[in-house]
Amino acid sequence: MNQLVPLPVLLPLCATGVSLAFGTRLARFQRFISVAVLTAVLGLSVVLMVAADRQGPLSVHLGDFAPPLGITLVADRLAGLMLTVSSAVTLAVLVYSLGQGMADRDKETPVAVFHPAYLILVAGVSLTFIAGDLVNLYVGFEIMLVASFVLLTLGGTGPRIRAGSTYVIISLFSSMLFLTAIAMTYAATGTANLAQLAVRLPELPLGVQTLVQAMLLTVFAIKAAVFPLAAWLPDSYPTAPAPVTAVFAGLLTKVGIYCMLRTETLLFPGNRLGDLLMALALASMIVGILGAVAQTDLKRLFSFTLISHIGYMVFGIGLATREAYGGAIFYVAHHITVQTSLFLVAGLIERRGGTNELTRLGGMARSAPLLAALFFVPAMNFAGIPPFSGFIGKLGLMRAGVSDGSVWAWILVAGATVTSLLTLYVMAKIWNLAFWRTEPPGQAAYGTVLEAADDSDDDDPDTGPDRIPGTGDEGIGPVPAGQTLAATLQGRAVTTTIRPPRAMTAATAGAVLLGLAFTVLAGPLAAFTDRSAAELIARSPYVEEVLGR
Amino acid sequence: MIMSASLLATAVVLCAVGGILMLTRPLTRILLGAVIASNGINLLVLSSTGSAGAAPLLYGVPLRRVTDPLPQAIALTAIVITLATTAFLLAMAYRSYQLTGTDEVHDDLEDRRIFLRAEVLGERAELREEYRAGPRPTREERAHYRQEHRRLRARLRADRALQARGRDAGGDLWNDVLGADPEDYVNDKDDDRGATG
Repeated sequence: MNQLVPLPVLLPLCATGVSLAFGTRLARFQRFISVAVLTAVLGLSVVLMVAADRQGPLSVHLGDFAPPLGITLVADRLAGLMLTVSSAVTLAVLVYSLGQGMADRDKETPVAVFHPAYLILVAGVSLTFIAGDLVNLYVGFEIMLVASFVLLTLGGTGPRIRAGSTYVIISLFSSMLFLTAIAMTYAATGTANLAQLAVRLPELPLGVQTLVQAMLLTVFAIKAAVFPLAAWLPDSYPTAPAPVTAVFAGLLTKVGIYCMLRTETLLFPGNRLGDLLMALALASMIVGILGAVAQTDLKRLFSFTLISHIGYMVFGIGLATREAYGGAIFYVAHHITVQTSLFLVAGLIERRGGTNELTRLGGMARSAPLLAALFFVPAMNFAGIPPFSGFIGKLGLMRAGVSDGSVWAWILVAGATVTSLLTLYVMAKIWNLAFWRTEPPGQAAYGTVLEAADDSDDDDPDTGPDRIPGTGDEGIGPVPAGQTLAATLQGRAVTTTIRPPRAMTAATAGAVLLGLAFTVLAGPLAAFTDRSAAELIARSPYVEEVLGR
Repeated sequence: MIMSASLLATAVVLCAVGGILMLTRPLTRILLGAVIASNGINLLVLSSTGSAGAAPLLYGVPLRRVTDPLPQAIALTAIVITLATTAFLLAMAYRSYQLTGTDEVHDDLEDRRIFLRAEVLGERAELREEYRAGPRPTREERAHYRQEHRRLRARLRADRALQARGRDAGGDLWNDVLGADPEDYVNDKDDDRGATG
């Protein structure tokens, strides 16, 4: 059983090689490989999760080198759950992007680059989940990041290059910080293996421990987009193609949260920086959701809600009780699926209405009832309306806060409530503008192809004003049927269709159903997350599995 | 543990130089900064072995005097990763140059808008204060004041027209979310000088 642990990383990497070798000449074969491999990874992840639940953590030392030298991979309950949820989501997004690629004849997603990059991204994410030492965690991050650079700047249009450069620079900086933290840890303890660090770090002076903890937390907070370090996210995510944004929003930030959970429990028990984490969580929640309230661009709006709901998970980590960790893990699983499905729906809305701009959308509840349902369910789930898993996750976290009873915990509970209400407000706003109100006159007729005229000219914001007719506020109104319209689509060609490709709808529906499955299976899932939290707090199962009893 | 001070000092200098370069606008400079800084950090990683020893070979060297090979492996990994990222950044800088004629990183649109708004509001407040503080204004002074006002308003309008290219410019966004539009503010209050407080 232990030999299965490296496969979620190895399979996508091997498939990348095959995929690159075939290139675009056998595009169908390439698509088949991607889908098959991701399905296999999903199956493996489920097996690993169940096995880790039944018999405790599984570990493997590659090449049979003993811990400080060799590469250790560990799959415990938390890692198994993260692997399962992430591979399910990546599979759904892959199917979605295949549908989109076929419909657009690959104008937007050049297949030759997309598939290999996507598989590498999956491999990197899997590696961070099962990495048993800090260096491998770093390598996993880098694999994931380099793939994400390629995916974010897919097609190389002006806005994407601009947004991509911010993202790349921020990522580079956080990688350097991470490497510095690893060097410090190694200099202080002589190992980078997490299990060994769990034994050796508590013997260090308190100051050194806190320094290492703060550095690692900073790195992961940049990845997870926790408030003061989150400004890069709403700037860089929205310009990417819809499936890429969806998978980034769902997974990449949660990788940061996973690393926080792992290091805070395994390496730095005792919750020294708990108050700081809770303050950051509060700031993330409030600032994020206020940002979302201010937006009318759908993708940007969802990016801000993403930041805000990261705050919930950081809240759980900051509380550091068993209940809170359980709630945070539940929330991570819930949030990955729901945030991804919301971004997928945003892609469908853009395709249907020809724009992301809420003020120009309308009447979709009547003209696209299925799409309305696909939006409504995850939106209510996200806002935390009772029967859904979002409510259960928030309830778990708030109960942990109440039973903790400290002043900070109470403030956070209040903040979480306010954020939840504001999320509901934001979702209601989207519903009202895009779905419920009557259609604005002259909206793009279905089947219109809107092409950006000359996107290389529209990218430099500084040359703008002199090309605007007049200085007044004559905006670009609703898109007249059948006319071309430059620049509103961020320099991209967008096709609006009566019915989106079946694969796209099916994939979105799959993601939505997965979110609903968390609601139906909330009992077993909550029990599972509680067991994971117990395992995290106990620490000994992980350490004993890696170092031997 | 004994550390080499020269190694440490070099690492610090490299990181400082790299950090400063990374704060600049052009992507190529940022790239150079990233390369320099990551070399500095690689030195830090290397220096975590402590004092220098013999080459870490399995045979022919007394094992007790051998340097710790693990940080060297870590540094090698980091070098390879930096190579890949450098290649990507170079490609991106070139693409940016192809598209815009420069490889500078542009500001976010939202940031620009908020910054401009703050700047205009600040300037106007200053102007008004100056105007009110003085004695009863002459005709020229009043004309000058009005003209300055118009200039500021034109700046905001030009920017909003720019925004209109990319997003809806119904004006709702400004009124609903960011508070009253500065222009409305001007129209309502400032033209009627006595009524403001």
